[in-house]
Amino acid sequence: MRTLVSLAWLAALSTLALADGSRGVVTDQLTKTECSACHMAFQPGFLPARSWQALMGNLKEHFGEDASLSAETTAAITSYLVANAADSSGKPRGFARGLPADQTPLRITDLPRFKGEHGRFSEATMKKAGSMSNCAACHQGAEKGIFEDD
Amino acid sequence: MKTGTVLAALCVVGLTMPAMAGPREDILQGYASAAKSADAGFTGFDAARGKTLYGQQNTASAESPSCASCHSASPLEPGKTRAGKIIDPMAVSATPDRYTDAAKVEKWFGRNCNTVLGRDCTAVEKGDFITYLSSL
Ligand code: HEC
Ligand code: HEC
Repeated sequence: MRTLVSLAWLAALSTLALADGSRGVVTDQLTKTECSACHMAFQPGFLPARSWQALMGNLKEHFGEDASLSAETTAAITSYLVANAADSSGKPRGFARGLPADQTPLRITDLPRFKGEHGRFSEATMKKAGSMSNCAACHQGAEKGIFEDD
Repeated sequence: MKTGTVLAALCVVGLTMPAMAGPREDILQGYASAAKSADAGFTGFDAARGKTLYGQQNTASAESPSCASCHSASPLEPGKTRAGKIIDPMAVSATPDRYTDAAKVEKWFGRNCNTVLGRDCTAVEKGDFITYLSSL
């Protein structure tokens, strides 16, 4: 009985953690390696499946850079990202909540809910970070899925 | 004493072998063969040409006008990507495992030459680049 209760607790806790910003870590080794050379490997739960598909469909023109990979590697990473996307269990979670179904943003930083939580920063802060895509500039635990430390 | 001598000999072999016939030399060999079959007059790679390629300003990309824009003006120093991630120095003397994994080398020449120059690099350019960064 006691184990059951603590298990229920754990489950509740982890759902809570997911809901309020802890998106876990990127568990797929290939994604971790290939998508972390130029920026941290973003957690799949930040974007809906259609966004990952669009992004992975054109790695040759990736935000002004060529990030292309072999067809096999691209396919493997795409299936991991899609299987764990923000809307993988139906209802979109996190920053993707409330995103109109006809929109396919390529950036996490373009999601309305992301912008809502990231008002305006001083020029000095932005200069230090270099880019809004540099999560770890402010969230030291970003790669571990910890974003509540600002 | 004897074991010491053998060990010392092994160390010398271990240290000098890679310089003579390691993965980096195999990669350079491959580019040399490709360069020769493209141009029979090819005489060898040139560190000075590699240095020019590393630093020259190009027009294909406003954000990434040169290799040095990410890899830093001095190849002995760490560089930085547009999203702020640190890149280990490109000089072999600073980062010893540079240019030793053929698939990695080809992947990044493919991407970065296209981003910065808007085209593939030739085998001569690739060989010059690695020759320059091995010479520092
Ligand atoms: C060659 C470098 C490079 C590689 C490799 C790379 N990216 Fe990117 N990525 C970029 C750049 C540059 C940006 C834009 C950064 C900026 O605007 O400051 C970016 C931005 C992104 C963004 C949007 C971030 C935001 O602002 O919300 C996502 C999502 C993304 N990349 C996913 C991926 C995935 C998935 C992979 C692996 C398949 C990958 N990237 C590999 C260079 C790269
Ligand atoms: C937009 C940023 C950027 C630019 C511009 C850039 N690179 Fe890179 N380059 C990277 C990143 C990121 C890596 C992978 C990280 C690493 O190897 O430390 C890399 C790796 C490489 C590698 C692989 C090194 C190895 O250890 O095998 C080569 C070769 C290379 N770059 C060549 C070039 C050349 C040539 C240019 C200019 C034509 C260039 N790069 C311009 C970001 C860039």
